[in-house]
Amino acid sequence: MDNNRVVITGLGVVSPNGIGLDNFLHAIKNGISGIRHQQLLADLKFSCQIAGLPEITPEITAQYLTPLQLRSFNSMGILYGVIAGMDAWKDAGLTINETDEPYWDYGMVFGAGTSGIDRFREAIYTIDKLEIRKLGSTVVAQTMNSGVSAYLSGKIGLGNRISTNSSACCTGTESLLMAYEQIKSGQASIILAGATSDSGPYIWGGFDGMKVCTYKNNETPTQGSRPMSATASGFVPGSGAGAFVVESLSHAKARGAKIYAEVLGGYANSGGQRGAGTMTAPNSVAVQKCISQALECAKVTADEIDVINGHLTATAMDATEIKNWTIALNRKGKNFPYINALKGMTGHCLTASGAIECVASVLQIKHDFLFPNVNCEDLNPEIAELIDTEKIPQSYKSQKINTLIKASFGFGDLNAAIVLKKYTD
Amino acid sequence: MTNEEIINKLKPIIVTYAPASESLDNLNENSDFIKDLNINSANLVDIVLDVEEEFGITIDNESMEKMLTVKASIDVISAKLQAK
Repeated sequence: MDNNRVVITGLGVVSPNGIGLDNFLHAIKNGISGIRHQQLLADLKFSCQIAGLPEITPEITAQYLTPLQLRSFNSMGILYGVIAGMDAWKDAGLTINETDEPYWDYGMVFGAGTSGIDRFREAIYTIDKLEIRKLGSTVVAQTMNSGVSAYLSGKIGLGNRISTNSSACCTGTESLLMAYEQIKSGQASIILAGATSDSGPYIWGGFDGMKVCTYKNNETPTQGSRPMSATASGFVPGSGAGAFVVESLSHAKARGAKIYAEVLGGYANSGGQRGAGTMTAPNSVAVQKCISQALECAKVTADEIDVINGHLTATAMDATEIKNWTIALNRKGKNFPYINALKGMTGHCLTASGAIECVASVLQIKHDFLFPNVNCEDLNPEIAELIDTEKIPQSYKSQKINTLIKASFGFGDLNAAIVLKKYTD
Repeated sequence: MTNEEIINKLKPIIVTYAPASESLDNLNENSDFIKDLNINSANLVDIVLDVEEEFGITIDNESMEKMLTVKASIDVISAKLQAK
């Protein structure tokens, strides 16, 4: 039944290594890094002074927000999400609603961790100076977690369920899964999904304080994010947004939409912060279960997986993740699927990581290629013991991909996995 | 400051918050910000803040509540200017 199938018909992305689909596709094919030295972080005495920050010019911003919306605007999370979301909508060939009747059948679930921490900070200073009467009207919309959904849905004129999900670094992958479920249930025919991650010292400071970011690559930013490397020494913080138009196949066909890929299903769970699981460390049993259940929901066997897009943040946990994949799929060595990690080029885009990485995954399926794993020329020996090195391509590889699984893991012992497939009639 | 001078300083503030599609040629003393100019009610507080800055006055909560039309705003502004 056509209306039981769910497809992706539009993509948008704001990534440290490319804003807009064309720039992003070029960057990931060529292993171009978006990680740069950040003077602001150095001035604030951060241990990690490099980050992945999308380079948004005022000219780009002006294409997406009106002069009125830009008055007192200082909310990067909302800006990244609006750019990615509007781009995805346009890419899907959909229009802005110019009537008074909302698009009742089109909804949205767009994840966020915070919306605009810089705007929040300004407001706090204003209040503490006893100048609350000067706050104006825009603080709530720019700082509420659902701000990104509120801005985007209003710009387009969506009338179905509008929500913002939040599950740490699983958020982006979870939003795609939630959109799939909403369409599958028949309650909407289009969901604009995705996730955004705000940027700057007040977002990244908490991680720097935990000492989970690398401090060893401040002079060599593009080599700083090293997933699967023996010299991985912590993640590099990043930011941005990824967006997808998720649509029922019947609706997509009826309007003659181009189809990037099919969403077969997925699963999300938690390790309950039990066993080895904690607030910050994963319970491997739950990770393996999440992967197995995702395959079951997608009605795919482990042997059908061609490619894994890993979470792989460039910490000591990378080897644990690979081990979990080998156990969950019961595949290792030469029998292991191809695997790649985008974070080597973008850093860890936190709330948006799953969304940006799902965009990269869909592009790989659509264009039949594997983007290179950068910065793992010195492969972690623990990983090399588990899987054949040819399964970790270090340069661009043309490769037909039928089935790809993407997983994300997050604080709170959270896991999410989704299975994507090349679309065939 | 005459009413005309006040309205000339007030106009650019109002224009900022009116939808782009709105014709402001007809903006006059009797214009109601919400009903006639389609300004979002949430922005009325921003208009008041901009007025305070432009005219160098402070507008209390009671006066603020009255500022729903151009005419009422002019009355509030001139009263505050005279009290300076």
